[in-house]
Amino acid sequence: MSAISVRQVSKRYDPQSTDALRDVSLEIAEGEFFGLLGPNGAGKTTLISVLAGLTRPSAGSASVMGYDVVRDYRQARLSLGVVPQELVFDPFFTVRELLRIQAGYYGVRNNEDWIDEILTRLGLADKANANMRALSGGMKRRVLVAQALAHRPPVIILDEPTAGVDVELRQGLWEFIGHLNQRGHTIVLTTHYLEEAQALCGRIAMLKQGQIVALDTTHNLLHRFASHCLRVRLERPEAALALGGEAGADGWVEFALEHCADVEPLLARLRAHDVPVQDIELGAPELEHVFREIMHRA
Amino acid sequence: MPELHSRLLSSSAWIGFRTLFGKEVMRFWKVGVQTVGAPVLSALLYLLIFAQVLDRRVTVYDAVTYSQFLAPGLIMMSVLQNAFANTSSSLIQSKITGNIIFILLSPISWQSMFAAYTLAAILRGLLVGVGVLLVAAPLTHVGVAAPLWVLVFALLASALMGALGIIAGIWSDKFDQLALFQNFLIMPLTMLSGVFYSLHMLPPFWQQVSHFNPFFYMIDGLRYGFFGQSDVSPWLSLGVTAACLVLVTAIALRMLASGYKLRT
Ligand SMILES: Nc1ncnc2c1ncn2[C@@H]1O[C@H](COP(=O)(O)OP(=O)(O)OP(=O)(O)O)[C@@H](O)[C@H]1O
Ligand SMILES: [Mg+2]
Repeated sequence: MSAISVRQVSKRYDPQSTDALRDVSLEIAEGEFFGLLGPNGAGKTTLISVLAGLTRPSAGSASVMGYDVVRDYRQARLSLGVVPQELVFDPFFTVRELLRIQAGYYGVRNNEDWIDEILTRLGLADKANANMRALSGGMKRRVLVAQALAHRPPVIILDEPTAGVDVELRQGLWEFIGHLNQRGHTIVLTTHYLEEAQALCGRIAMLKQGQIVALDTTHNLLHRFASHCLRVRLERPEAALALGGEAGADGWVEFALEHCADVEPLLARLRAHDVPVQDIELGAPELEHVFREIMHRA
Repeated sequence: MPELHSRLLSSSAWIGFRTLFGKEVMRFWKVGVQTVGAPVLSALLYLLIFAQVLDRRVTVYDAVTYSQFLAPGLIMMSVLQNAFANTSSSLIQSKITGNIIFILLSPISWQSMFAAYTLAAILRGLLVGVGVLLVAAPLTHVGVAAPLWVLVFALLASALMGALGIIAGIWSDKFDQLALFQNFLIMPLTMLSGVFYSLHMLPPFWQQVSHFNPFFYMIDGLRYGFFGQSDVSPWLSLGVTAACLVLVTAIALRMLASGYKLRT
């Protein structure tokens, strides 16, 4: 059974506007760590909203853990924990009160141990009795993550959970989420920090203008185009441009290469053109390059 | 297995409902001075001022002083306003701050949502009503002739206004729009409902007009509970109040079920 199944979903908010989602189909297996990437306005949040029942699709259907998000909405929502993109909070309550309430909405009571674990893992232990109003922006974001986890959902969707969060927590957050993933939780993540997605996600879908333009394992995506990047600093960078390089700052020139084996011939050609190399770096494949390439081509 | 599963689901639904109800109660109880204390104080002020000025000049029923007559009206007015305020302000605040998303993401059904919000409104309405009664009783020596009628009208009226508050809270996008409800619906209906006077004191034309005001029946019905006499039959008042409750509940439930202005 798929943890998440999206079947030909389209969404148009207003009759006049264009489709926020167009014929999107997607299967995410149980236990996956899945990335949903795309530029602003691509439809990531809309897709998540469809899964969460915040938005009704104009066409198509979706299910979570086999439960249709419209027909069996109660079961579908019980299976799901969502970290919303917007930084929202209830100013009436303390962090701990909020997490108790949150768990209660899902029929879970007396789970103080779990609440304590979440608080500790997210660096909120000393804020447990602080009022939400008194927290900084990044702290509020952590509470949003904690709220999504309060009922231990099998499927966890995080819509830009690291926006505005400091380096230390990002590290801690991903460790914790990774740990949950190892324990069998399915994770879906959107982020604009592509190095995060590259490091964490086993599979990635890229959305553009409401359509899926790439869907593959992270490994395959990284090797789909030129997978390595050779950066050289040259005395006369202009000369290298004719050989297919791309100029950067400070005399650096970048060459996209398919394989490591292509490095030697390239250096030979530079030598043949009498362009001395002052410095050299071999970059591993970067999702950011692939992302830009795919968005450019699609 | 399916049976066990549905039992688990219904127990989780029950806890979900209780949690939401508890949260709505905590929300007003944490600021009880504003949400319960303040309305009791303003009812007390009305009572002191109007009763002192008018007690010796106006008698409504035999053996009922003006301040005694006024007490149930003030109680009902406070119940109505506070039940309405509880649901409407909670919903509009949640919508504007965006934290309504946590309820929308949860498996709580629209029926449970309606029940939790309305019951919390009833509770606040009744608390305020009891508060006003407690300060009014020693001042006016008003007694309760038929407690059951008092309870029935207080319950139905607060449920009605709680449900109306749900409609107003969902429909309004801003606080100003909610104020429209307060200023152009609740306030006029309250003032023209006979809180401060008996219908029989009005010219015939205005008596006729008042018969179209549902608030009049709720107040008159409550008065029957206090004095055993009223302008119209308590059964008529009960019928009108119940009919309004059914209508408003149906509209609120439809809005919640369709996700009107809550889900896109
Ligand atoms: N409630 C709404 N009403 C009308 N249009 C909407 C609504 N929400 C989103 N849209 C539109 O739908 C499209 C997709 O928006 P969405 O929020 O899903 O993008 P996103 O991929 O999450 O972007 P971001 O990276 O900025 O969060 C956009 O064109 C947006 O303007
Ligand atoms: Mg988004």
